[in-house]
Amino acid sequence: MSTLEIKDLQVSVTTDDGPKEILKGVTLTIGGGETHAIMGPNGSGKSTLAYSIAGHPRYEITGGSVTLDGEDILGMSVDERARAGLFLAMQYPVEVPGVSVANFLRTAKTAIDGEAPKLRTWVKDVNAGLAAMNLDPTFSQRSVNEGFSGGEKKRHEIAQLELLDPKVAILDETDSGLDIDALKVVSEGVNRFRGREDKGLLLITHYTRILNYITPDFVHVFVDGKVAESGGPALAEELEANGYDRFVNATV
Amino acid sequence: MTVTDAARESVEAVLEQDRVDSHLNPPATYDLEAWPVPTGREETWRFTPLKRLRGLLDGEASDARLTVDTTVPEGVTLTEITGEQARELGELPPNERPAALAAALAGGALLLDVPADTQVEEPVVLRLHGESLDDLVYGRLLVRVGRHAKVTVVLSHTGSARYSAITSVLVGDGADVNVLSLQDWDDDAVHLGRDSILVGRDASVKHTSVSFGGDLVRTHANVEYAGPGGEAELLGLYFADAGQHLEHRLFADHNQPRTKSNVVYKGALQGEKAHTVWIGNVLIRKVAEGIETYEENRNLVLTDGCRADSVPNLEIETGEIEGAGHASATARFDDEQLFYLRSRGVSDEDAKRLVLHGYFHDLIRKVGIPAFEEQLAATVEAELAKNVVEGLDPVSAR
Repeated sequence: MSTLEIKDLQVSVTTDDGPKEILKGVTLTIGGGETHAIMGPNGSGKSTLAYSIAGHPRYEITGGSVTLDGEDILGMSVDERARAGLFLAMQYPVEVPGVSVANFLRTAKTAIDGEAPKLRTWVKDVNAGLAAMNLDPTFSQRSVNEGFSGGEKKRHEIAQLELLDPKVAILDETDSGLDIDALKVVSEGVNRFRGREDKGLLLITHYTRILNYITPDFVHVFVDGKVAESGGPALAEELEANGYDRFVNATV
Repeated sequence: MTVTDAARESVEAVLEQDRVDSHLNPPATYDLEAWPVPTGREETWRFTPLKRLRGLLDGEASDARLTVDTTVPEGVTLTEITGEQARELGELPPNERPAALAAALAGGALLLDVPADTQVEEPVVLRLHGESLDDLVYGRLLVRVGRHAKVTVVLSHTGSARYSAITSVLVGDGADVNVLSLQDWDDDAVHLGRDSILVGRDASVKHTSVSFGGDLVRTHANVEYAGPGGEAELLGLYFADAGQHLEHRLFADHNQPRTKSNVVYKGALQGEKAHTVWIGNVLIRKVAEGIETYEENRNLVLTDGCRADSVPNLEIETGEIEGAGHASATARFDDEQLFYLRSRGVSDEDAKRLVLHGYFHDLIRKVGIPAFEEQLAATVEAELAKNVVEGLDPVSAR
């Protein structure tokens, strides 16, 4: 059973005024088959958590540990983490001009699996994966994220999630900027992934809207670099009704 | 002074005023006196390491030649003509010393003649090969394309030489011409090349300069117009390794109304003392109303110890134009791009390879000569395999 275990994670970034601590001891365990939602106000460190786990060089780990199935993730390079079974759907996917989606997906799949996918089934899989996201087959000939609409970028991220099939996925505000139709398509894709055996999901969001389509098992309120409160789906409903005021004020 | 003389003088003065000189591109002339040996302090020579030209500017006579291997398709002729004939045919005169020396000392010229209305599907490839750096070679080539003709011409340079060449491409009205100059020299070659193109009325021209090899390569791609409505696309791709000096100088002279020029040069540099220079210049003359121009240069610096100089210039004599712009960017690999690719499991090496492939792919796709597009893509990959991967320091490979 795959488990992502985050223990007392502390993370800093370098600013002009010296190092600034963003994560102040995050502890969270995402078991196989579980969906966790992390909700919090802007600037609470939600995205920092996502990017630190994925290994973005901007973030310095100053304490704590992150393991995937007992293996130390923090000691791995960015690509090693992905090959170990971690996936990050980004809020702002990066443009890679001149590199087609088809080339990118095949390169990534080959890297993750350690061997090139079988050509005939792979093309079929890619087309099916794109179609499931309402992206037509010509999409695979476009340059990665270049000129994509906001919705296309997010649907492309979720198409990757389904094709690369990680053990644990972190979705960083995948719902932001999506209209309701795109949100449904994206949610369906995420739910198909969750439906596979033993998949862990960490859903980072600012709004409760996506939780109407993807029901979490656990909800964590994230404030000032750590988990302020954890609960079930009911906690999201309370946030929907009352906002973050109770938590933000409590830390002052 | 007679009245007549005074009148003539005033007319000349007006003509003189109307002839705007570009500060980077002095008026062309065969007169060697106009082109003294540069000292290196001149604006047009300050980036070029003159010592490494190995005497190419001295004016020493030589009858050495590059070998020319080609198959000329039906309807097209390749002949030897005299220098005088070249001038009579409308050769575009030299606009710097090496081109002037080439015209003076090449002892004749090659004429590639494509008659009017000829449609040539397969590219006409001239394989120019030098035997040795000991050879001092002057080259002079005229490409004449008649009205409404369509042709692709490839000049492929291999081997080694100290080579100075003047090339003129005369494009007839409504013609469609694609020229590729490929500098795939051995490591020690020195090449000074000047390609000038005269674009006929409503004609369309593409010129691509690709520099991979050679110790020092400095080329000009110049375009001017014989009538309104002409379009020119000037493309370039270069990959400088340790110690190489690759210099590309562009000049779009908008001397006719409603003409277009679009310049895109992309380069990569790797290794100690790899040096590239890109000088773009566009002159929009007073008559050139309704023109459109854009010039762009991008450099990707792959390792420490490289230097990329990039200077876009724009000289504008009229504001009555459709558009004029330029862009220049020199950067290392984008960390965010690499992070994105690596977060999908792609190794650091492969991520860099992919980004570089994409960087050049956009340009290679535009060359429009399928057989050579594949070769260019393969050469780029080979360059990468040669150095980038080896050259990575262990920390950044992490």
